[in-house]
Amino acid sequence: MAEKSGPSFLRRNGPELFGALSLLAAVLVFEALVRSGIVNRFVIPPPSDIVLAFERVIVEENILGRFRDTAVEMVIAGFAAVGVGVPIGAFLYRSALWRRAMEDWIGALAAAPIVLAFPLFLVLFGRSPKTIIVMGFVHGLAPIILKMVEGLASTRPVLINVGRSLKMTSSQMFWKILFPSALPVIFTGIRLSWTFVLITIVGVEYLINLGGLGQLINELAERYDLPGTYAGICFVVLVSVLFFVILERVESWLQPGR
Amino acid sequence: MAAAGKMSLASGAPAQRDVIVLRLLVALVIFGAWEAVSRSGLFYGEVIPSLTRIWTSLIKLLGDGVFYRNLQVTTFETVVALAIGAGCGIAVGIGLGANRFLMRAFEPYVYYLSPTPRIILFPVMIMWFGVGPSSKIALGALSAFFAIALSTAAGMRQIDPVLIRVGRSFRASLWQMTLKIYLPAMRVPILNGLRLGMGTAIITVLLGETKLSNQGLGYMIMQVYTRFDMPGLYALLIVVFLLAGAVNALIGHFARDGA
Repeated sequence: MAEKSGPSFLRRNGPELFGALSLLAAVLVFEALVRSGIVNRFVIPPPSDIVLAFERVIVEENILGRFRDTAVEMVIAGFAAVGVGVPIGAFLYRSALWRRAMEDWIGALAAAPIVLAFPLFLVLFGRSPKTIIVMGFVHGLAPIILKMVEGLASTRPVLINVGRSLKMTSSQMFWKILFPSALPVIFTGIRLSWTFVLITIVGVEYLINLGGLGQLINELAERYDLPGTYAGICFVVLVSVLFFVILERVESWLQPGR
Repeated sequence: MAAAGKMSLASGAPAQRDVIVLRLLVALVIFGAWEAVSRSGLFYGEVIPSLTRIWTSLIKLLGDGVFYRNLQVTTFETVVALAIGAGCGIAVGIGLGANRFLMRAFEPYVYYLSPTPRIILFPVMIMWFGVGPSSKIALGALSAFFAIALSTAAGMRQIDPVLIRVGRSFRASLWQMTLKIYLPAMRVPILNGLRLGMGTAIITVLLGETKLSNQGLGYMIMQVYTRFDMPGLYALLIVVFLLAGAVNALIGHFARDGA
């Protein structure tokens, strides 16, 4: 193993490099098409203008402050969903009757286009961050409940038998055996839930023109600041991707075997 | 699993009758609480209207030709969006699933872009495709594309290699391989992708309509909201949620049948 030199960087990462270069080539092609007038620059601004607009958007549009607003809404809604969803999931696991009666309904809630009910939430909670947080919370609740139940139900029987042989109480059994064993699956639920929460929060911010990053894109688009709009969208996409990557890394760290 | 089951299912699986009774009780409690809050005066009467008013609005809505015209527009936009998203998604998914090089080169982009909030691309779609149905169709197609492409790529990698070898031994062309081997073998993942894609396409088309449109169910929602017709808003949301759920269940049913 040691005497053989490993494959070169290019050989090992060839496809990834090809993917990145293709992306870069696409950007350069667009730049050329826009600059030559083949593509209307009032529809697609030159990518170089978008890159330059980043600085303006960051400095003039207070993007960090807006990011903080979205992040605060996200944290409140995300943790509220965990705080409410985990006990409900534990309860449903304990009661087979409630579980069978409610699981389908909760599954339907997970698939429901809740974000579409934003006019209703606006009436109920007013045009304030409260509306955005409540909508994020409602949309993020179902995946945590479902994954909590799934995680607890998939605890290995041998672990439960060990707990029983140690004459653990119901509470000890939950905190020492069931909950730690279900943690990786619960985290999958948290990842799904927080992804839903992020999508809902940014989406509602954009739709009702209030709050952080979603509102920024709406404002830039309404001002017809094309490079700014594209830069804002790129920023939100980057934040979403980063957020998703972090959650995924934490999830795989919790599930080393998978 | 059995022991785990014992933990939660102490007295075995609950009878179907008990489940139905509990569901009815829960529904009764929710409706009762709703009616009590509606009559309590805690909220302005219009915010939480009584169930009878919502029901009346629902009946009125279902008998109104305007609703069906808008439903037709939304259905058309969603179906076209799904067709475009599915066509592109299946083609890209087959490419990513069949070729390891392409998978490593491009799948991470598709994968990591899939959970981003697509509605923020609406301003771009308006600039590219105008304010008419085309921008909603484009946004819906884009939403559906990611779920379908990823599901197809995953399904492609799960095809029994024997089937692929049989196709190759018959010297099947790429087109024949796609039609005779890949697509039939991937029926379930493609249907699952379509189910997910349809869900996201419906949501984004409707959201696009709420933001900027003069037709469609999303537009109707904004109209009743602007008029502050709360019973009408509840009725419309109920119908939209039920329609979305029914389509989702229907495609899910086909997917399960194929499994």
